[in-house]
Amino acid sequence: MLDLIPVIASYVPLTLFMAIMSMIAGLALAAVMAVIRVIKVPYLHRIVAVFISFFRGTPLLVQLFLFYFGLPQLVSGLQNLDGVSAAIIGLTLHFSAYMAESIRGAILGVDRSQWEAAASVGMTQKQVLTRIILPQAARTAAPTLMNYFIDIIKSTSLAFTLGVTEMMGAAQKEASSTFLYPEAFLVVAVFYWVIVETLSAGQRRLEHRLGKAVSR
Amino acid sequence: MSCQIDIKGLVKRFGDNTVLNGIDLCLQPGERMAIIGPSGTGKSTLLRCLNYLDRPEEGRITIGDLTVDAENAQKSDILALRRRTGFVFQNYALFANKTARANIMEGLTTVRGWSKAQATERADQILSQIGLGDRGDSYPAAMSGGQQQRVGIGRAMALDAELLLFDEPTSALDPEWVGEVLDLIRRVADGRQTMLIVTHEMQFAREIADRIVFMEGGRIVEQGPPSQIFGNAQDDRTRAFLRRVG
Repeated sequence: MLDLIPVIASYVPLTLFMAIMSMIAGLALAAVMAVIRVIKVPYLHRIVAVFISFFRGTPLLVQLFLFYFGLPQLVSGLQNLDGVSAAIIGLTLHFSAYMAESIRGAILGVDRSQWEAAASVGMTQKQVLTRIILPQAARTAAPTLMNYFIDIIKSTSLAFTLGVTEMMGAAQKEASSTFLYPEAFLVVAVFYWVIVETLSAGQRRLEHRLGKAVSR
Repeated sequence: MSCQIDIKGLVKRFGDNTVLNGIDLCLQPGERMAIIGPSGTGKSTLLRCLNYLDRPEEGRITIGDLTVDAENAQKSDILALRRRTGFVFQNYALFANKTARANIMEGLTTVRGWSKAQATERADQILSQIGLGDRGDSYPAAMSGGQQQRVGIGRAMALDAELLLFDEPTSALDPEWVGEVLDLIRRVADGRQTMLIVTHEMQFAREIADRIVFMEGGRIVEQGPPSQIFGNAQDDRTRAFLRRVG
C-alpha cells in the first residue's frame, strides 16, 4: 500500500493544474456574468440567465460528455480536443454558473449608499464597480467561492471518465493491476482530503486578511 | 445679481406621487442656504436630484457654466454635474473598504486624475482640518459616527466643489457627536462655500444660513433671511411648522 503513495502523488500536479485553471477562468467568467446581471446589460443579461440556468440545471458529468464526445462531432475545430482541455472547459463553465450567482448575491448585499456615495464623487459606473462595490462583494463572497474551489478540486476526478489519467484514474489503474482496491481508493481519498484541508487553512488566513476593514 | 446655482422648474415623481412640484432656486456665489420643512416634503429628494442620485423628470440645473436639462441629460452631463457638487450623506456612506485617508483621496485620484502623492498630501491636509490627523489609517467601521461624518464632509470638501450638499448631516448621529459635526459644517460655511443644507437643527440653520427656504408638499412655500423666517414668517404653514418644532 505504501508503494501506492508516490504513484498517486505524481498525479497531484495534474489535478491541481485542472482545478486552478478552471477556478481562475471560472471566477473571471463568473464576475463578468454577475456584473452583467446586476446592471442588467440589455439583451446580454437574458443570455447570461439562460447560460446559468443550463449549467446549473444539468449534471456536470453530462456536460463533460457533451464537450468531450459531443462537440467534436459538431465543431470540426474541436476534433483534437484532449480530455484535460475538455475537463477544464466543462468545469469552468459549470462552476462559473454557480459562482456568478454567489457573486451577484454578494454585489446585491453591498449597501445602496455605497453606490450612491461613489457616484456622488463623480465616478463612472465602471469605476464604482471596480473600486468600491466588487472589493466589498469579494469579501462577502470569499467563503462560498472557496467552497466552490474545493468542489472543483474534487470534481476533477470526473476527468477520469474522459480517459484522463489524473489522481483518480491513477488509483483505478493501480487498483486493477494490483487488486489492492480498498487501499488504492483509500489512498486517493486521503490525498483529496489533505489537499482540501491545506486549502481550508489558507482560506481562514485569507478571510482574516479580508476582514480587516470591518474589524475594530 | 446673477446666480451661481440656478434651478428652474424641477419636478420629480415616484410613480404617481409627485415629490417635487416645480422647484425654482437661485444661489448667489458663496451663499449658504438651509432648507427646512416637515418630513416627506421632498427636501432630501431635492438635494438628491441636484446630484442626479434621483433623476428629475423635468427642470434645469445650472452650476456655473454647466447646464443640465432633465429631459435630455446624458451620462456625461450627469458626471460633469457630480464633479461640481459634493454630497454629504445622512448615514455618512463612507467607502467601507477604504481607510479614512483613502476615502478622501478616492475622488481626487479616480475622478480628477491626481497622482497618489498629490492626493495623499491633500487628504492629510483635510484630515487635520477636520481634526482627524491621527485617524488617516482607520477604517470606517473603527470610527465613531461623528468621526465618520467628519470624514464624509472631508471627502466632499476634497473635490473643491462649487456646491456642497448636506442631506440631514446630523440626523443619524448619537446626540454626543452632533456638536462636533455642526462645528465642522460651521467652519466650512465660514469659508463662504456655496452650500445647501437640509436640516432639522433650527438653531443651527438660523446661525449659519444666509437664507432659509421652507418647503412643504414638494413646493417652496416661503424663503428669506433667517430673521424674517424665524421672526416674521409671512405664510401660515411656515408659522405652524415653526411652532411645532420650536
